[in-house]
Amino acid sequence: MLSILILAATAAGLVILLFQRLWTVLGPHHVTPRESLRLLIVAGSGGHTTEILRLVGSLSNAYSPRHYVIAESDEMSAKKIHSLEELSRAQNDSTTEYPKYHLHRIPRSREVRQSWLSSVFTTFYSMWFSFPLVLRIKPDLVLCNGPGTCVPICVSALLLGILGVKKVIIVYVESICRVETLSLSGKILRHLSDYFIVQWPTLKEKYPKSVYLGRIV
Amino acid sequence: MKRVFVTVGTTSFDDLIARVVAHDSVQILKNLGYNQLVLQIGRGTVVPEPFSTESFTLDVYRYKDSLKEDLQQADLVISHAGAGSCLESLEKGKPLVVVVNEKLMNNHQFELAKQLHKEGHLFYCTCSMLPELLQSMDLSTLKCYPPGQPEKFSAFLDKVVGLQK
Repeated sequence: MLSILILAATAAGLVILLFQRLWTVLGPHHVTPRESLRLLIVAGSGGHTTEILRLVGSLSNAYSPRHYVIAESDEMSAKKIHSLEELSRAQNDSTTEYPKYHLHRIPRSREVRQSWLSSVFTTFYSMWFSFPLVLRIKPDLVLCNGPGTCVPICVSALLLGILGVKKVIIVYVESICRVETLSLSGKILRHLSDYFIVQWPTLKEKYPKSVYLGRIV
Repeated sequence: MKRVFVTVGTTSFDDLIARVVAHDSVQILKNLGYNQLVLQIGRGTVVPEPFSTESFTLDVYRYKDSLKEDLQQADLVISHAGAGSCLESLEKGKPLVVVVNEKLMNNHQFELAKQLHKEGHLFYCTCSMLPELLQSMDLSTLKCYPPGQPEKFSAFLDKVVGLQK
């Protein structure tokens, strides 16, 4: 009887602790001034990659090093990333410090038209790969815009905060294609991201907590 | 040379291809002064026979690595509702007609084309309406599509992450 009570108390304690940690991590926090920051970018594939690289292209060299995560077998994204980074090297004269960049590959978490339940399983499977990667990189900022691949990465980043390793800022930008409805990853990450950016006023009206800066891609 | 480029993206859109090479559509295009028609048909099963006469040329292909060049050389683009080809055409300043595939009506891809149509950046129709639209459209009424402003994003980000100016 006593042991059950102790067990229950420990479990309750853990749950409270978890919620308290979640509250701290997800709640408002101070802006700490900094000189540079480690950036992790999830390049979704196809149009997602095109959009996110436009955003990355506008960032200053303070965002360095840049760690790109792409889905296995997504050679198109790899190509686009190399050409963006090489272009910025060509534009910088040789005396300036240019941002360092790295490419990481993880399994796809959700194929198009995969069922919801089986995508839950594959998402767990990709957590297995995502968490060690995020733990190793310890980014200051995660930037993503869907699709599926970015969910396990963001959950891992959130876990770093919950475990007290590091508070990672998560920024999600919904695709320009989404005018009236959110994507599946948008629906999930709306709750987990620090800044959730939409590109059409209709979405801003529906989701008042989101950030609307106009069309940014 | 005035060129029309038709693109269906990575899938297929047989109804559009059949509609655009139909005699009446080609005649309308000729009347409007177009003398070259290039079709990107994806994995469609309607495969028109290319031909070249003195007054009109038809080219057909399935895929290319990049449609950039064909979009660049076009005087008019007729496209499926895919976000990629819509945005790319508009960014290149090309007059654009988006033809929606009624068989895919609930696809979210349409959201963007519909919105861009509402804002006056493109024409929008179904396959059966295409000849009529081509006949009646006035390209000068299209509003130009201003580029997006990623600099607003970077300014916002700099502020919230605490980067010193």
